[in-house]
Amino acid sequence: MSQSAQPTPATDERIKDISRLRQSLIRPELGGICGTVLVFTFFLLTALDSGMFNSQGVLNWSTVSAQFMIIAVGACLLMIAGEFDLSVGSMIGFAGMMIAIFSVTLGWPVWMAILITFTLCTALGALNGFIVIRTGLPSFIVTLAFLFILRGFTIYFPQTLERKTIIGGISDAAQGDWLAPVFGGKILGWLFQWLGEAGLIATFERGTRAGQPVVDGIPMLIVWAIALVFFGHVLLTRTRFGNWIFASGGDAEAARNSGVPVNRVKILMFMFTAFCATVFATCQVMEFGSAGADRGLLKEFEAIIAVVIGGALLTGGYGSVIGAALGALIFGVVQQGLFFAGVESSLFRVFLGVILLGAVILNTYIRRMITGER
Amino acid sequence: MNTRSEHAPIIQMKDIEKHFGAVIALAGVSIDIFPGECHCLLGDNGAGKSTFIKTMSGVHKPTKGEIIFDGKPMHFDDPRDAMDAGIATVHQHLAMIPLMSVSRNFFMGNEPVKKIAGINFFDREKADRITMEEMRKMGINLRGPDQAVGTLSGGERQTVAISRAVHFGAKVLILDEPTSALGVRQTSNVLATIDKVRKQGVAVVFITHNVRHALAVGDRFTVLNRGKTLGTAQRGQITPDELQDMMAGGQELAQLDDALGGTV
Repeated sequence: MSQSAQPTPATDERIKDISRLRQSLIRPELGGICGTVLVFTFFLLTALDSGMFNSQGVLNWSTVSAQFMIIAVGACLLMIAGEFDLSVGSMIGFAGMMIAIFSVTLGWPVWMAILITFTLCTALGALNGFIVIRTGLPSFIVTLAFLFILRGFTIYFPQTLERKTIIGGISDAAQGDWLAPVFGGKILGWLFQWLGEAGLIATFERGTRAGQPVVDGIPMLIVWAIALVFFGHVLLTRTRFGNWIFASGGDAEAARNSGVPVNRVKILMFMFTAFCATVFATCQVMEFGSAGADRGLLKEFEAIIAVVIGGALLTGGYGSVIGAALGALIFGVVQQGLFFAGVESSLFRVFLGVILLGAVILNTYIRRMITGER
Repeated sequence: MNTRSEHAPIIQMKDIEKHFGAVIALAGVSIDIFPGECHCLLGDNGAGKSTFIKTMSGVHKPTKGEIIFDGKPMHFDDPRDAMDAGIATVHQHLAMIPLMSVSRNFFMGNEPVKKIAGINFFDREKADRITMEEMRKMGINLRGPDQAVGTLSGGERQTVAISRAVHFGAKVLILDEPTSALGVRQTSNVLATIDKVRKQGVAVVFITHNVRHALAVGDRFTVLNRGKTLGTAQRGQITPDELQDMMAGGQELAQLDDALGGTV
C-alpha cells in the first residue's frame, strides 16, 4: 500500500490563485458593509442639509441603531448556535414591566428591581433553552409560545395590580440610585460641553439651558451596544466557546461526537439573548421613566432581520457579530433617515424589504464561495 | 503475519451481547484488536456492525460480555469516557462541519488556549499551524487553514477527521464506513490514510461492506452476520468470494450470483 502514498506536489494545480483584494472582500460581513456604504451614500446625497448629520441627528439614528444592535448581538449568537428566539420582543416588554412593578408598585429600590429582573429574565431564557433541548422541538415553536406567554403576563400583571397598562414614576424612584445611571445615564458630558463651547456642535440659544450643548452626552444605551458587540465578537471569534457556538449550530451531532457540550452552549445562548433583551428593556425604562405593556412589539423580527442582513445563516453555524451590528446600523439609519429625507414614512418598509432581499442574496452568494456549499 | 499476536491486544471484546427490548442485536460477539493492525469488520446491513462499534465506543453498554482495554476491564459510561481512553470514532457523515474552517474543525472540542490578561483565548495561530502541518503530512494541500471544510472532497474530509483523531492521541480508531460514499480516487486516498495511521501503531477498526476495500488494507477480517461473528480470518487465508459469501450468509447470494452473472 505504501506505493499509493506518493509524495504530493507542493501545490495543487487545481487551486487557483486568489487575488488579495478578492480574498479580503470575501467575508461574511461583506453584505453588511456594502449595505452600510450604500445607505450612507444615499442619505448623504438626499438628506445632507436636513440635520441628519449634525449632532442631534447623529445621536438620533445612532440611538435607534444601538437599540437594534443590543438585541441583534444576542439573536446573532443564538442563531449561529442554531436556534431562534421569537420571544425577544415579549421579553423586552416583560422585563420593563417587571422593573416597574418591583420599583414602583412594590416600592423596592431600583437597583434591586433591576438585578432581580435580570435574574428572572435570564432564568426564563434558560427555561426556553431547556425546553428546546429536552423536548427536541424546534426553538421556533417553543419561543413562539413564550412570545404569547410573556406578552400575556406583561399585560395581566399591571392590569391586576395597578388597573392600567403603563406604569410610570420610575424616574422618581430611580433618583439617586447607584445602578440606574448604568442604564439610563450619559457619559462624556464634559466633552460635549467643550465641543459646544468651541462652537463645533449646536448649543441651545435661549431658555433655561442657553449655552449648553443640545447633545449633552452619549447615552448608556449606545455604550451598552458597543460593549455587547465587542464582547460578542471576541467571544465568537477569539475563544474556544466561540468555536463551540459555531460547531453547535453547524452540526450538533458532529459537535457532540467531538466532545462539544452542545446543550450547555445552546442554553447559555438562550440566556444571553434574554440578557440582551433585558438590557434593552432596562435602558428604555430608565429613559422613558415608564414601562408599557406594548413595549418591544415585533422586536424579535427586527433583531432577526439585522442578523440576516449581517450575513448569518438562518439555519445556524455561520455568521458574524460585526455583520449583525452593521445590519442593525443599516436598520436604524434607514428608519430615521427616511424621516430626515422627508420621505413618506410608510415607504420605510419598502426600503427595508429591498435592502433585506439585496443583502441576503449577496450574502448567500458570498457564503457559497467561502464554504463550498452547493 | 502471526507476529502480531505476540503483542497484547489493545482492546478485547468478549462474548458481547446487546439486546434492545425483545430484539437481540448482538448474540455473543468476540473480537480482539492489536495495535498497528487494520481490523476489518464486515457485514451486510442489519448485521450488527453499528451496534457493535457503538458498544466499543461507549455509546451502548453491552447487555452481557466484557470489554478489556489495555489489559483492564473497562466500563464506558458515555462516548466521552471512551474518547478519553483513546478510542476515537470517525463517522461517515458526522465527522466534520462543512461551514467551519479546517482548523476550527480540526480542534473542535479540543481548542488550544492561550492566556491574555487572565482570560483564556482560542490560540488560533497555534491551531492554524498544527492544522497545516498535519494536513501536509496526510497529503492534503490547503489554500489556508481558514478554508472551509465544505470546499474539500468527501475523501479529504475523511482524511481530516482521521488525522484529527490520531493527532489527539487515538489508540483505537473506529472508521464507520469511511469509503461507502466516495469515488474511486477518493477511496484510495482514504485507504492510503488508513495505511499511514496503521504504521504509526494505531489500531484501526475499519467497518465496511465492500470486500475489495477491506482486502486492500485489512490485516484481519471479521464477518458479522445476524448479530454473530463467523470468526476472524487472517490476510491471505481468505478469498474475496469467501468473504462475500460469509457476509451475505452464503446460500442466498450464491443464487443471486447466478442471476446477476457473477457481478456482485
